[in-house]
Amino acid sequence: MLLLPRRAYLQMVADCLGGVPDEACGLLAGPVSADGRPSGGVDAVYPCRNADASARTYTIDSKDQLRAMREAAKLDLDVVGVYHSHTHTDAYPSATDVRQAVDPNWWYVIVGLRHGDPEVRAYHIVDQVIHEVPVVLTDA
Amino acid sequence: MPSFEVRLPTVVRQHAGNAVTVTGDGDTVGELFADLVRQYPGLRNYLISDDGTLHRFVNVYVNDEDIRYLGQLDTAVVAGDDVSILPAVAGG
Repeated sequence: MLLLPRRAYLQMVADCLGGVPDEACGLLAGPVSADGRPSGGVDAVYPCRNADASARTYTIDSKDQLRAMREAAKLDLDVVGVYHSHTHTDAYPSATDVRQAVDPNWWYVIVGLRHGDPEVRAYHIVDQVIHEVPVVLTDA
Repeated sequence: MPSFEVRLPTVVRQHAGNAVTVTGDGDTVGELFADLVRQYPGLRNYLISDDGTLHRFVNVYVNDEDIRYLGQLDTAVVAGDDVSILPAVAGG
């Protein structure tokens, strides 16, 4: 499961709503164990510019990514996932999401804005196979 | 030859003995990466493509500049430079 503090959830959803009509995106940081796998949940959210400035695709702006990685490292955290919005489709990984997944241990969080309320769902993408992970909001 | 400590993205740590950071020497990014690959051969496929250029799914920064807009792998590095390896993150 993905443990997501409410403030992180709200920060992510606010960024996605603010990005409409384009897809919004950002990085999620948390603690990892020695082999690089997440050992907890998400402790920090870093909204990033969508370098594609597109309603259909996203690319995390690499300068924003660099800033996020540096800030996370200062907190002894690593990037453990990425979120992005789907403005016109369901909160389920697209073929592009699956093809471009970089880390089987990352959480891929999708914020679906197709319906009235944002729908937040999380996945692991391992060898091109999608595994949904329950999202649990915490008060931490 | 200056020495650099580089923090690895989580996905490649298992190819570097679970190291969080690795240290290598070089006067260019390419020399530094060659030294890292010599120590951790598993890093090669992640960093370098078959034609010897920087892998397209990796971005490398020296301080605050993307080496694709500098000298690619020939980008010079000097003591004190901050070298960062970033996985390219994209989707649809």
